[in-house]
Amino acid sequence: MSPSDPSTTLSDHSPISRRPTWLLLPPLAWLGAFFFVPLLLVLAISFATRGTYGGVEWTFSFANYVTMLDPLYLKIYLRSLALAVATTALCLLLGFPLAYYIARAPARWQGIWLLLVIIPFWTNFLVRTYAWMFILRTEGLMNTLLMGMGLIEHPIEILYSDTAVLIGLVYGYLPFMVLPLYAAVERLDRSVVEAAWDLYAPAWAVFRRVIWPLTKPGVIAGCILVFIPSLGAFITPDLLGGARTMMVGNLIQHEYLVARDWPFGSAISFVLMGLVLLGMLVYLKVERARQGDETVSWAGGDRQ
Amino acid sequence: MRDLAHIRLSTFYLLPLTFYLLISCQPTPDDGPKNTPKAGSSDASQTTTTLHYFTWSDYVGPELIAAFEKAAGVKVVVDTFSSNEELLAKLQSGAIGYDVVVPSDFMVSIMIKQGLLAELDLTKIPNVSMLAEQLRRLPFDPEHRYSVPYLWGTVGIGYDSAVIPTPPDSWAVLWEPRYKGKISMLNDQREVFGAALRVMGQSLNAKDPMLIEQAKAKLVSQKPLVKTYTSDNYDQLLASGEVVLAHGWGGPVARAMAVRPSIKYVIPKEGSTIWADCLVVLKTSRNKDLAMRFINYLLDREVAARTTNRLLFASSNREAKALVDEKVRANPAVYPPDSALNRLEWIADVGEAIRLYDRAWTELKMR
Repeated sequence: MSPSDPSTTLSDHSPISRRPTWLLLPPLAWLGAFFFVPLLLVLAISFATRGTYGGVEWTFSFANYVTMLDPLYLKIYLRSLALAVATTALCLLLGFPLAYYIARAPARWQGIWLLLVIIPFWTNFLVRTYAWMFILRTEGLMNTLLMGMGLIEHPIEILYSDTAVLIGLVYGYLPFMVLPLYAAVERLDRSVVEAAWDLYAPAWAVFRRVIWPLTKPGVIAGCILVFIPSLGAFITPDLLGGARTMMVGNLIQHEYLVARDWPFGSAISFVLMGLVLLGMLVYLKVERARQGDETVSWAGGDRQ
Repeated sequence: MRDLAHIRLSTFYLLPLTFYLLISCQPTPDDGPKNTPKAGSSDASQTTTTLHYFTWSDYVGPELIAAFEKAAGVKVVVDTFSSNEELLAKLQSGAIGYDVVVPSDFMVSIMIKQGLLAELDLTKIPNVSMLAEQLRRLPFDPEHRYSVPYLWGTVGIGYDSAVIPTPPDSWAVLWEPRYKGKISMLNDQREVFGAALRVMGQSLNAKDPMLIEQAKAKLVSQKPLVKTYTSDNYDQLLASGEVVLAHGWGGPVARAMAVRPSIKYVIPKEGSTIWADCLVVLKTSRNKDLAMRFINYLLDREVAARTTNRLLFASSNREAKALVDEKVRANPAVYPPDSALNRLEWIADVGEAIRLYDRAWTELKMR
């Protein structure tokens, strides 16, 4: 209820302030057993070599990491990166106004809107992707409707293209953007925004200088939640892209299942994970440095 | 209001967890076969044995399974996979408890080499004597020590005769520019390269890097014409007219014919793939005798004929063909004409050359 945390007002020796460490145990055990150990396994396998019949031979080598520098594989990485960035940007563009609207709607409507955002999750992702194939195909719902309304004369060939992949990814991950954004906007103090209006800030400035900085944690959370899974997507490019090209996810799947080259597949997965982690660390560092600068300039009082 | 926000945030964090719970709720066979006592069993014995059958999705006739259960006084649990690779990955990652599994020919040879299969006792599978001639002495298991072919067929071209009036007889039709955007290819590297190698007049098991490179160039030139690479839904694409030429297995093409009668099937003159899904018993099976009995049952000519009628895949039992519906028997997508048999080739293990195929396939996809 109260914005201030009551525990901070108590002395450190108070039993109430003692943090219950055991609360950490279940998630730690879970992550240890189901995330960390498999991760180490993947790391170990990535330094092994493929046996003739697809097994793993435990001879230590960096060969898999060297292979990855091949332009062919770099191209797959870049392609996935481009698609993931585009997906994230589109999700943000679509998700922000939606989240803002929901968070500003009357309380009883908010629940309904949020429910509508989450409802697609009740159906299996594969099934929903197949539904998109029915919508997008030549004689599908979209073309039938558009032609019926006389808007187009010839069906739009959109299925089995990068556009279709992008549509599928944005559709699939939009809720992951909307939910954290909603939480951020919900917590945004309305009076601050009103103050900006009262001081005759133009609409853009209200957004740029007040709303955006205050909702940024939600934006970052949403972007991360959309970017990472879309980088590793493989069902969408296969079904909506017609398997005409590959994303990293398809390459990993191919190496693991078809080529049965687990070591190379592991190396690709690990580099992918490393790149994402590195990107996030760099981002955090830059962001922290920038915030430091801002504080300094504010304190200096030289702000226009 | 703040509290509400927290509640909503926490529901949001619960989402991924819910996902995983939902995913993990899928039945897994890792509890293995157990001799579970069953009350009221009509059988004289007090316990019911359970046989675990791991097969392709949509590859069983439930009434045939039920008939076996009744005859043998056992319970058969059917679990399905959708690709050979998935099957192997599951078995390699330690899934045990399956008794009878249905890998395709090339996967049988991999599973033999990996030591996953139990030797068959052919005295318990007398129906082996009824195997069709072309399914005996297969390169990967000539003595049927580990495997018996079950259903078999070919790879060819399904086409819409209403759009393509002169029946195509060559793989070259898949390179004809006028069918741009109306062609689907299997999403399977060996089959796609096989088609290119065959049109070049080569074996689809070529290991020569030059040949594989040439085949890749040929496929790159074809790619702009290809609407999609798919192994799953080309029957629907054919039936709906989205594609007029589909590189594919006979069974799905035969299914498309049922919806769109103008669909026809051809095995190109350059030759193509013959394949067989085989019945094998896993080394880890604890019901090997029952497993052999089940295999023999599936190979029985009556059972086999009913399976063929239902699935539109040819049975390995040569005597079953006479019992199959006239229309199904005459369908080249189900039973290839005898004249085509000598130009069919099995997909063989190409050893280390598989790396060349892997790479060429990735290159094709990235063009």
